[in-house]
Amino acid sequence: MPIDDNKKTPGTAKKINYIREKMPVQDPSKRKNNFEEVALGYNEETAKKEASRCIQCKTAPCKNGCPVEIDIPAFIKLVAEGKYDESIKKIKEKNNLPAICGRVCPQETQCESLCTLGKKGEPIAIGRLERFAADYEAANVPSNETKISPSTPAPKVAVIGSGPAGLTCAADLKRMGYNVKIFESLHASGGVLRYGIPEFRLPKSILDREVKYINTLGVEIEYNMIIGRVATIKELMQEYKAVFIGSGAGLPYFLNIPGENLNGVYSANEFLTRVNLMKAYKFPQFDTPAAMGKRVGVVGGGNVAMDSARVALRLGAEEVYIIYRRSEEELPARKEEVEHAHEEGIKFKLLTNPIKIIGDSEGNIKEIECQQMELGEPDASGRKRPVVIKDSEFTIPMDTVIIAIGQGPNPLIPQTTSELSIGKHGNIVTNEKTGETSIPGVFAGGDVATGAATVIKAMGAGKIAAKSIDKYLH
Amino acid sequence: MYKILRKEILSANIKLMEIFAPKVAQKAAPGQFIILRIDEQGERIPLTIADFNAEKGTITMIFQEVGKTTSQLGTMKVGDSIRDFLGPLGIPMHIKNYGRVVCVGGGVGVAPLYPQARALKQAGNEIISIIGARSKSILFWEDEIHKVSDKSYITTDDGSYGHHGFVSDILKRLLEEKERIDRIIAIGPIPMMRVLCELTKPYNVPTFVSLNSIMVDGTGMCGCCRVTIGDEVKFTCVDGPDFDGHKVNFKELNARMKRFVPEEKEAMELFRKRSSCICQ
Ligand SMILES: Cc1cc2nc3c(=O)[nH]c(=O)nc-3n(C[C@H](O)[C@H](O)[C@H](O)COP(=O)(O)OP(=O)(O)OC[C@H]3O[C@@H](n4cnc5c(N)ncnc54)[C@H](O)[C@@H]3O)c2cc1C
Ligand SMILES: Cc1cc2nc3c(=O)[nH]c(=O)nc-3n(C[C@H](O)[C@H](O)[C@H](O)COP(=O)(O)OP(=O)(O)OC[C@H]3O[C@@H](n4cnc5c(N)ncnc54)[C@H](O)[C@@H]3O)c2cc1C
Ligand code: SF4
Ligand code: SF4
Ligand code: FES
Repeated sequence: MPIDDNKKTPGTAKKINYIREKMPVQDPSKRKNNFEEVALGYNEETAKKEASRCIQCKTAPCKNGCPVEIDIPAFIKLVAEGKYDESIKKIKEKNNLPAICGRVCPQETQCESLCTLGKKGEPIAIGRLERFAADYEAANVPSNETKISPSTPAPKVAVIGSGPAGLTCAADLKRMGYNVKIFESLHASGGVLRYGIPEFRLPKSILDREVKYINTLGVEIEYNMIIGRVATIKELMQEYKAVFIGSGAGLPYFLNIPGENLNGVYSANEFLTRVNLMKAYKFPQFDTPAAMGKRVGVVGGGNVAMDSARVALRLGAEEVYIIYRRSEEELPARKEEVEHAHEEGIKFKLLTNPIKIIGDSEGNIKEIECQQMELGEPDASGRKRPVVIKDSEFTIPMDTVIIAIGQGPNPLIPQTTSELSIGKHGNIVTNEKTGETSIPGVFAGGDVATGAATVIKAMGAGKIAAKSIDKYLH
Repeated sequence: MYKILRKEILSANIKLMEIFAPKVAQKAAPGQFIILRIDEQGERIPLTIADFNAEKGTITMIFQEVGKTTSQLGTMKVGDSIRDFLGPLGIPMHIKNYGRVVCVGGGVGVAPLYPQARALKQAGNEIISIIGARSKSILFWEDEIHKVSDKSYITTDDGSYGHHGFVSDILKRLLEEKERIDRIIAIGPIPMMRVLCELTKPYNVPTFVSLNSIMVDGTGMCGCCRVTIGDEVKFTCVDGPDFDGHKVNFKELNARMKRFVPEEKEAMELFRKRSSCICQ
């Protein structure tokens, strides 16, 4: 057996169960008309069953796939034993936002991709179990976390941005005894978790719960504070001993093709912000609109594109297309999200590259012109490069187009902090192992340093920076 | 929460409010704006900083009631609070001594024009101002503008006060009379700014306009406010709001202002219905 060396005690090995417990989901025909959560989570019975599949490998390869190094076998064992409150404690030693990561981590490429069981069958559903433990706690265990107030006047640290990077860094620093304040430019916390990822994938009540937990630790969040304008990094440094920048990758990229400023063309950021942050799906009870046509094209193939397409459907679009220039295999979105999109009736126009958006005399979109592509030789990223098929232009009638081809780092802080060293993609240059920037006492991490990545990577970067800040201040 | 300290009704649907927002007031500069959200259900709307007082910690804005949010704001009283108030946003205007500057303001555009004219005056420029409105009854801040100008002109569309006609008539005359003009600042409705830019282009006088594109976050994150300047796409909230008027694609801007007209109407009707219920 290939997993011999991982067996606990020879001779006691149970028969291994290679099939994972299914996760119940909301019926596709129903859910495409509401914003309620799609995946419904395990109950105690299914969670225990799934957890019991884990063979508790001594070397725990799964751990290496988790950017915040959760002790995965330990927390899973506690779930299997029904000790749910201890299980969540184990997780929270490393991860402040388990209910979120359990839902949105790309587990299939991280922890679960390294699970021993995955070699022969289905890996343990680590993310789902993490979600279960967090949800169980929220539903059953009264929160008794008390404020950690520093015993001696502790040094003050400023954290910019309340996305996963900032929230994690702030919570860790608070636990180490520092005085921490988060400055957030929007009127709400969470960064992309609030304005980007939709309610049906990450209910905002869960985000609120996690932020409240961080608040009870004693971390204050000041809203409407746009750093770079209301105060510069330099000015913050007069009051704060160290600064962490977690301002994210909020700058939307466009295709730079003709017609992109026509009415009816949104960036995914605008569209999702209107719907998620500003609650346009509750218009007119909420004032912000998100006008939605009947035929919607979403350009791109990542999580952002899937989210935009599925939101468009829920706002009443009749036909929604994902327009992507490579094939299904290369779609960068999470598998589960692509499956959910298929189930809900999203149509995939693959190997299709938009070249022009055509409007009417009023400046509204009429159609989108595309080229057919085919896959050629692999490029530098190892993926097969899409090549244009000659004379293959065609148009698709559309009244709304959403551009979801990526985001770059927020430029405001780099622009207003001259000593900060900036990379060629506009990212803040950091030492990956410490989060240090070119300015002593200023640290950065998350999407602003790496470009658009993942929630858990941003959290990992927040943790690393918290450790370095602690070192720096000693 | 941000408290309303002063409210003035300048004309039928133009109101002034002074808000307590010390951090914003500390940093505010001419040409910048704020974004506010009245309450939890509210929309984020941009308004220009018409005046600021760092010592008192206040920001003054002047707004015209055109739809749901501005109308709702207009019903608020001294002592009420606004939930969110973000700023200062946008790039402050570039202040230096250019020589002779003509400041043109139309309608509610007189409000953002004032701090710019004042700063330019303080920097040693000679200020000629031209302010216009549809009618005398909706003209405001005549005295304020007068105080910071070496010379000022007033126009009304209906001839009820000052020159009978448009601000562009006066500017045209100045240009034709070959008055030396080193720079023009023009703030007002899009059609006005467009006409002024077409007028000044053949004379090659640098003309700067302040754009009012529709916004959401105001921090450069959504691209809603994008405008075409020459052959580049810019975000009004972080690259502006002031741009070289000769390069602005006004046609596109004008079309983009109409993106949400049916929804805006719906919101306004609902607001009217609700507020009339309260009155009865
Ligand atoms: C639609 C969408 C779906 C996604 N889906 C997934 C997914 O399923 N799984 C996954 O792992 N990842 C997903 N991602 C990526 C993930 O959300 C990001 O990688 C992650 O949120 C980055 O965290 P961050 O803390 O670096 O930045 P952000 O989450 O971007 O937070 C940055 C915060 O800083 C604030 N800020 C910015 N500038 C300033 C300033 N000057 N002053 C004060 N505050 C400022 C912003 O308002 C924001 O709140 C998705 C992203 C999007 C857009
Ligand atoms: C940088 C900037 C500074 C501004 N400064 C001022 C100011 O000092 N005083 C003032 O009265 N107004 C100002 N505006 C315009 C003001 O923001 C809008 O009038 C307001 O958002 C309209 O909201 P509403 O809900 O009342 O009307 P809505 O019903 O939403 O809109 C009514 C009409 O106003 C236009 N409009 C909608 N949103 C905006 C918008 N964000 N900006 C401009 N027009 C819009 C549309 O053409 C729309 O049809 C400024 C706009 C910008 C971008
Ligand atoms: S945080 Fe993400 S990567 Fe880590 S164990 Fe949980 S799901 Fe896996
Ligand atoms: S989760 Fe997978 S890799 Fe990790 S201990 Fe369990 S069986 Fe082994
Ligand atoms: S308003 Fe969102 S980028 Fe300018």
